[in-house]
Amino acid sequence: MSLLSAASSRAYVVRRPRGPIGRMLEDERWLGLALLAPTIILLGLFVAYPFVKGIELAVTNTTVGQPGHFVGLQNFVALWHDDIFRMAVWNTCLYTVVATTTKLALGLWLALLLNRSFRGKAFMRAFILLPFIIPTVLSTFAWKWMFDPTFSVINYVLLHLHLITVADRINWLGEPVLAMVSVIIVNVWRGVPFFAISLLAGLQTISPELHEAAAIDGARAWARFRHVTWPLLLPVTMVIMLFSVIQTFADFQLVYVLTGGGPANTTQLFATYAYQIGIGTGLLSQGAAISLAIFPILLLVVIVQLVYIRRVETV
Amino acid sequence: MGRLDRRRFLQLSGGVAAVIASGRAPAYAQQTTLHWVRWSDFVPASDTLLKGKITEECQKALGIKLQLETINANDIQARVTSAIQSGNGPDIIFALNNWPQLYSTSLADVSDVAEEIGHEQGGYYPISKQVATVGNKWIGVPWAIGGGLVAYRKSWFDEIGYHTFPDTWEKLQDAGKKLKAKGTPIGQALSHSFGDPPGFWYPWLWSWGGKEVDADGKTVALNSKATLESVERAVPFWNEACDPGGLAWDDSSNNRAFLAGTICCTNNGASIYIEAKRKPDTYQTEKGTPMYKDIRHAPLPKGPGGQYNLPGPFTDMVMQYSKNQKAAKTFLKWVHTKPVFEEWFTSQQGYTDGATRYWEKDKVWSADPVLTPFKNLPRQGRLTGYAGPPGRAAAEVQTKYIIIDMYAKAVQGMKAQDAVNWATGELKSIYSV
Repeated sequence: MSLLSAASSRAYVVRRPRGPIGRMLEDERWLGLALLAPTIILLGLFVAYPFVKGIELAVTNTTVGQPGHFVGLQNFVALWHDDIFRMAVWNTCLYTVVATTTKLALGLWLALLLNRSFRGKAFMRAFILLPFIIPTVLSTFAWKWMFDPTFSVINYVLLHLHLITVADRINWLGEPVLAMVSVIIVNVWRGVPFFAISLLAGLQTISPELHEAAAIDGARAWARFRHVTWPLLLPVTMVIMLFSVIQTFADFQLVYVLTGGGPANTTQLFATYAYQIGIGTGLLSQGAAISLAIFPILLLVVIVQLVYIRRVETV
Repeated sequence: MGRLDRRRFLQLSGGVAAVIASGRAPAYAQQTTLHWVRWSDFVPASDTLLKGKITEECQKALGIKLQLETINANDIQARVTSAIQSGNGPDIIFALNNWPQLYSTSLADVSDVAEEIGHEQGGYYPISKQVATVGNKWIGVPWAIGGGLVAYRKSWFDEIGYHTFPDTWEKLQDAGKKLKAKGTPIGQALSHSFGDPPGFWYPWLWSWGGKEVDADGKTVALNSKATLESVERAVPFWNEACDPGGLAWDDSSNNRAFLAGTICCTNNGASIYIEAKRKPDTYQTEKGTPMYKDIRHAPLPKGPGGQYNLPGPFTDMVMQYSKNQKAAKTFLKWVHTKPVFEEWFTSQQGYTDGATRYWEKDKVWSADPVLTPFKNLPRQGRLTGYAGPPGRAAAEVQTKYIIIDMYAKAVQGMKAQDAVNWATGELKSIYSV
């Protein structure tokens, strides 16, 4: 007699749980709650508590070591009149829009290339992830050296190619526009692999038969992309964009390491300014108010994108 | 894992029972460990000394295990804030400039230790006392005083006809313009960093007659004819004579640029000279001679309002949350005794002055005449917040880089009066609280 037939010949015995907890978990409502508990605890500790604490701080005049008292919306009113804050709002929006759209364009291009068959495809796919794997602070320090006003390797190369002279070395991090361009370049460099790999995963779910059918009907490459690939890739793209916008909007480490928000606050973002005021200067309530000011903007962005995703999925 | 035999088991369980019964840990476990956070010193030999010999001596003399952690100076304030808010962290934190004023309510009273050291060592310089006291209470023990002089390449200034360092801003601008044309401009940070940017731009403001507030420490007096002139004069000075990269420099950038021979002078501590002297084969002039022999130090030039420098007092803050306050005070008293502190002071080679007048007589000042000018910095210094005290508001202005950004905005194209108006508005909102 085979093992299989021996096993199947045994009578199936239902064991009733013995303890009170076991019996309680027999009820699906309690079981569901028990299974959700770890997530609820983690979210409560690391998301809800800091968020509520942030709101509490933002409506007081707490400074480091001094509890402070309720001041209502005074911190937000002060922010409204703060030039540096207004500059940080503009910088953050510009940084997010330019970096995210560039990452999408380059990521999509890369994903389409990686979706083709060529020798060393597996290696290239792994290699492309490198900027995403290296810790941000570490890679940003390398970029800081490349953009260094005195020792920039980029300037060194341009100098030796006789494209610039010593007198007009490019002041990557010392000139406002170039400093913003520099931080966007580093953000794009770091973020493109995420877009490329995620979009590649999306591309691989599209059946080749659809492309073949379109090709038989006479559709050329661009028409196939526009009418077959892009509509099917759109839901994935929107989700990736959602993640990227949130991450880029709240970016900190990259700008902190590369420019510290300078020169003269021209690359200051929400997070770096909140850090400078709250942690550096010890004005905790003002720092919290700056951090919290991100929330309504991000909420709006997230709602718009989620509504759009739902619409795309239901069409 | 080794086998635990019956005899060993009885020994261990007996020991644990004895500890429980006595309510005390064994002698080796009772040892106090003091956690001291300091900046990464610009003279690395001093950190080596503190982490090595002085830590060992501390263990022998006091039975205190010293756990010294050195971090980037720009990260110290973040560390202080998180430590105070969590009520946990280092026992002693090393503060620069007037930072102790920002944290005064969270610092232990160390008046007894500070007064005793000051009394024994000829008294503190006023600048050390100002940043480390609130009223009559000492909120920190002054450690030393850092400060800047202009390090310059003597031969390069000789070549353009300046045989002594320019003593007015006009002359320095002229010299800088000539040297910039040769590819070696003045190197000066105009950015967000703790030391070099304020070390130059506050004295610049004062030397044109500008000031942040009146002597009452409340009335903002920045928007003046003198401040406006200082901003207007900063623009051509920067554009004609300085390295534009300074807008993105941190405190170590000018050291690297000077040692690489890309700038002719920079306002800095003695660390550039000390490093060049330590490695004469690495840092050389274009003629192949040791660079340190071509380096001299001079005070910042004078303007119509006078000649100033901004010294950087260093203060050790004993944190109020610390359970080792007594040990921390014992340690600070010990480390400031003349024989122990002298070891550290000698290792600095003139990079810092003592916080008390006693150290003016130290042999370190006669060891190398190039470093001797640093001896007088504490006497000639003025602190931020002038003409008021270097209190909490002044510290806030400094850590928000308002004065620095006023000049940075102007050199980036903002109208001088607009830059002054912007900075005045920021100061008013800080001083009005």
